[in-house]
Amino acid sequence: MDEQKLDGNAAAGVLAEIFTFEITTARSTCVNCGATGEVGAQMAYVSEIGTVVRCAVCDNPLIRIVRQDAGPQRYWLDLKGIEYLQLQERL
Amino acid sequence: MTDAPRKLTWRIGEVVETSPDTPRTKRLFLDVPGWEGHRAGQHVDVRLTAEDSYQAQRSYSIASAPEDGRVELLIERLEDGEVSPYLTDEIRTGDGLELRGPIGGWFAWDAREGGPLFLVAGGSGIAPLMAMIRHRQATGSGTPVRLLFSSRSYEDVIFREELERLAAEDETLQITHTLTRSTPPGWKGYDRRIDEEMLGEIAFSPDERPLVFVCGPTPLVEAVATALVGLGYEPTRVKTERFGPTGG
Repeated sequence: MDEQKLDGNAAAGVLAEIFTFEITTARSTCVNCGATGEVGAQMAYVSEIGTVVRCAVCDNPLIRIVRQDAGPQRYWLDLKGIEYLQLQERL
Repeated sequence: MTDAPRKLTWRIGEVVETSPDTPRTKRLFLDVPGWEGHRAGQHVDVRLTAEDSYQAQRSYSIASAPEDGRVELLIERLEDGEVSPYLTDEIRTGDGLELRGPIGGWFAWDAREGGPLFLVAGGSGIAPLMAMIRHRQATGSGTPVRLLFSSRSYEDVIFREELERLAAEDETLQITHTLTRSTPPGWKGYDRRIDEEMLGEIAFSPDERPLVFVCGPTPLVEAVATALVGLGYEPTRVKTERFGPTGG
């Protein structure tokens, strides 16, 4: 399975399917190392089966998304690598 | 402009013009009904559906300025690509193209954010940076910009004529090329891959706290980002956009 290592920004499309806020400029704190930064500045691993956003500092998985396309769209979203996510409206 | 919460949905844009650029790239101009505008640096997802309903999806940066009513995409033809050969060879004016966007607020620049702005592009990685240069031009922003642009050869320099024209009429826009595979006779510019020494010569000094955007193939982006941090640039002011190894 091809998996592409990309910037967190590459996960913006699938994240925008779920969240109404812009996620790439949201700030996440990693539960493993405590690093805080914008989601777009983390690393995204994108493959056919799903997307994993990993901490740019310690490589801990922050966000995992698997999408089922057949039938009604269904998502599995794992955020347990994130201590908290700070979302902000853009002015 | 505020980002009102909205759901990202697929819609059909109409190809209103196509134009060749370099031997391996093509420009597509789209009219997207209801387009709510974008920020320079954002991308769209494009989706093609085959007759057997197999779908292939790719992301393309928007090359046009937000001030331009049309959405311009720059397509690089990849020989074994699933999407790009259709977009460079088959699609015609009047055809529809399924897309969604604009996407991604992180790798984006608004003129009001100021600068100075240091842009580093490899090949078709120029697309989102071109949107920034055009946005700056359209808004009359005086933000100083330096672009370091790596291409294979002179013929492969994307948007070459427009970049030359913009730089000729604006001394606060400095453009430096490096050609990595072949150079024309009499070429006096750089002829190697971007390295720390080159960045040290071209970039604004770290003291000027430039905003840096780097876009291109993964090896170029990683080399440039690592070198810039080594030279003392603030990591949080260096934003990167990697193309994947396959793309297409």
